[in-house]
Amino acid sequence: MSVEMQDIHLIFMMPEILVAVMAMALLLLSAWTHKGGSGVVHWMTAMTIIAVILVIRVGEGSGSTFGGQFVTDAVSRYMKVLICLGMVLPIIMSRDYIRTHDMDGGEYHVVAMFAMLGGMIMASSGGFVILYLGLELMSLSFYVLAAWRRDSGFSGEAGLKYFVLGSVASGLLLYGISMIYGAVGATGFKEVAAFLGTPDGHGSQLAALGVVLVLVGMGFKVAAAPFHMWAPDVYQGAPTPVTAFMSVMPKIAAFAALFRILFDVFAPVHAQWGPMVQLLAILSMGVGAFAGLVQTNLKRLLAYSSIGHVGYILIGLVANTPEGMQGVMVYLTIYLFMTVGVFGIMVAFDRQGLGEEISDYQGAAHKQPLMAFVMAMFMFSMAGIPPLAGFVGKLSIFMAAVKAGMVPLAVAGVLFSAVSAFYYLKVVKVMYFDPPVAESKMFFSGGGLLVVTLSFILICVWGVLPGDLMAWTESSVKAWH
Amino acid sequence: MLSLVTFLPLFGALVIAVGVHNRPALARWAALVVSGVTFLLSLLLLEGFDPGSHAFQFLEESPWLPGYGLYYRMGVDGISLPFVLLTTFLTPVCILSSWESVQKYVKEYMVAFLALETFVVGVFCALDFILFYILWEAMLIPMFLIIGVWGGPNRIYAALKFFLYTLVGSVLMLVAVLAMGIKAGTFSIPALMDHPFSLVFQIWVFLGLFASFSVKVPMWPVHTWLPDAHVEAPTAGSVILAGILLKMGAYGFLRFSIPMLPDATRVFVPLIFGLSLVAIVYTALVALMQKDLKKLIAYSSVSHMGFVTIGLFTLNEQGVEGGILQMINHGIVAGALFLLVGVVYDRLHTREIARFGGLVHRMPVYALIFMVFTMASVGLPGTNGFVGEFLILLGAYLASKGAAVVATTGVVLGAAYMLWMYKRVVFGEIHDGVSALLDVSKRELILFVPLLILVFWIGFYPKPFLEMFHVSVQHLLHQASVVKVGAMVVK
Repeated sequence: MSVEMQDIHLIFMMPEILVAVMAMALLLLSAWTHKGGSGVVHWMTAMTIIAVILVIRVGEGSGSTFGGQFVTDAVSRYMKVLICLGMVLPIIMSRDYIRTHDMDGGEYHVVAMFAMLGGMIMASSGGFVILYLGLELMSLSFYVLAAWRRDSGFSGEAGLKYFVLGSVASGLLLYGISMIYGAVGATGFKEVAAFLGTPDGHGSQLAALGVVLVLVGMGFKVAAAPFHMWAPDVYQGAPTPVTAFMSVMPKIAAFAALFRILFDVFAPVHAQWGPMVQLLAILSMGVGAFAGLVQTNLKRLLAYSSIGHVGYILIGLVANTPEGMQGVMVYLTIYLFMTVGVFGIMVAFDRQGLGEEISDYQGAAHKQPLMAFVMAMFMFSMAGIPPLAGFVGKLSIFMAAVKAGMVPLAVAGVLFSAVSAFYYLKVVKVMYFDPPVAESKMFFSGGGLLVVTLSFILICVWGVLPGDLMAWTESSVKAWH
Repeated sequence: MLSLVTFLPLFGALVIAVGVHNRPALARWAALVVSGVTFLLSLLLLEGFDPGSHAFQFLEESPWLPGYGLYYRMGVDGISLPFVLLTTFLTPVCILSSWESVQKYVKEYMVAFLALETFVVGVFCALDFILFYILWEAMLIPMFLIIGVWGGPNRIYAALKFFLYTLVGSVLMLVAVLAMGIKAGTFSIPALMDHPFSLVFQIWVFLGLFASFSVKVPMWPVHTWLPDAHVEAPTAGSVILAGILLKMGAYGFLRFSIPMLPDATRVFVPLIFGLSLVAIVYTALVALMQKDLKKLIAYSSVSHMGFVTIGLFTLNEQGVEGGILQMINHGIVAGALFLLVGVVYDRLHTREIARFGGLVHRMPVYALIFMVFTMASVGLPGTNGFVGEFLILLGAYLASKGAAVVATTGVVLGAAYMLWMYKRVVFGEIHDGVSALLDVSKRELILFVPLLILVFWIGFYPKPFLEMFHVSVQHLLHQASVVKVGAMVVK
């Protein structure tokens, strides 16, 4: 694998370069300005990411650079837009939170941007080494972000836990990559795919073990059961805005990478990874549905809910069809807005130190009917009740599953979704049926209000008219290959 | 036109939600006007409907998600139109009945009711299976809130139970719908009716649909959510629940299971007969022992719906027409009975049968109205209940003599629990607290008059009602007699 000078097309990496340069520039800016100037850093970060989204949207066609190590195509661009949205929306809504919790140094935004950069690189990776680089950049940034709240011991615990378990996962992934390298003699996706396609590669046990370990490593990153143990603790301990992007962004990046790994690289050994991913899906849905039932903390509940959602999304991967891929993209998009919306409400509640326990929402419908209604709609959407967008996500996933002939998996999926509906309803119940508690009030910052409103509108509109969302994802999937 | 009838209530709900603040009276009037106008519009549907054709009428179609083969398709035939009318008719009645009994969050209550009306009417009009499913499920949200916010002391339990029972059934239906739609390449309901499926496939899909519809009807043994939901729901919630939501399950059988899966239907007829007979006899016995008025009527609903499912699955003209008519009857009579319970509950704040007695001395008009509906529920000749039950028993006798005999005991038991209940509540010595009661008010009387008219109209001259769906039922029976499996072989 030789890299020729001619094969460097920086134009394909424009968004990533932009993010990297701006992140460093903002680091310098924040060093020079005083605390009072951190608002500048904050809004500059937001503006930068929005600019990056525009740059990504301009990109067309597909291409690769650095000897095929870095790939860009319609699907990766779509996923990168999601990654950017998953980062910028929590940032916009968390200005107040950052200030009140003394996280206002400016480095916070820079680290967040590096995490985003890592995610974008993952989405574009064309080889295992670059995949690992992106993943580590993202993960390391998240370890730091999780521990950012200096006024909370839980936050430090979360960071440490995330770091230790995440490192184990990275180690496993690296181990798997090295085995694949041992079998193939190369780490580029093209070479590995070509090798696995041969009878030799098909029967290679070393490569098979590598496939398993890579899946385990990625399973950790998306918090799929049984590799989900870290998620509830880390979600709970991390600062709320960080939890917001932690529950969305790494998953999008990992699924973008999994598209390429599973559908391209490991396609010849589908018979091996298919059952594994299926098992991950069933376990995730099960753990997400049943463990969520007993939670009293909203963040932990959302952690289990996200494990469940990952289970549904994995069904789309198991389907191994263009419809499945589209289903994954649709579901991730909708999941992004549902999650960000809920966290936006939690952040607005935080000014009083409330919002993390489900009981904090007691009787919210009586005091803040509009907010309670919005929150209830997010919950119904997460439960997959039509006519809200969450249903459209589930519909596209289950449709792909049934089309691929996996009816039992679809039946398991819908039954688990009915179980998990119980805990979403519990939140609605607390807000609507229980008597209100003493003084509790939400304080929406302008940004928070914007994000929650936007998410709410999208959740409602896409539930009834998902045509444009479907069209975008469909055109991206069609351009794949 | 159909969309207008369907979505006018939702539009009204949005306007009320946004436009009305702190003025409960305005919210009430606005909701009443919206639902009243909707009813009048639905009468125009009846005017333009051609009962001589079994085809779907007032068709509307526009692409929704063409990539997935999903369309927004609406239309009614003789089977769905009566239910549309029943819904638009009962909703204003419900709103009027909540005039005084609902005092907290009036605006939200009205919004929930109007949204519910949209979803239910939509369910009956949808001609795309996914659209049907969406509306079917969406209905859970307002109903969940109606029971949970405005319900009785144990409302949270009841609301959750209602929601989860229905949801578990519904999601299984979703898989069945997807399997069927993907196999046939379309989700259009008329097209699916003509599409041949293999027997094994039909049986699996039938079970998936059955999971959902049997919970909704509800059939024994998945009926246990109903008494809880009925007892805890506010009066109008019970009326809607008994009057319309239960019919959705039976309508599902009529619209989907029987015409689309005729071979599987024939396989499952004995099972459904068995479950229905258990429901008729067992829940009638349970009803006999109830101390709570609403619970008694709730169990009687399960029993009556057992008659309906038997009628539908006799697969002969008398049985199916009787089943449909009985659904309408039950909507009217059970709705009225719940309203009657609501009337005394508003005054005494109890539903315990033992706390009543001697109502006839203080509330003679009430006692008279109550008697009419009790008799209609029992199936006295001259009331609507008689026509429906008679047709069903006739059909059942043609289909299976044994089933007809067992079902008839249900009629006897029905008479027993209803009359005994009536005796304990209305006659006897005047109970404490009853002595100060006032008779029905003018508003309450307005509620009952149209219901009374219908009871006798259907009782004495059911022809216009039967004619509405006669041709459609014949077409349905033709569909049900098709051997789709055979069509597969020919293909």
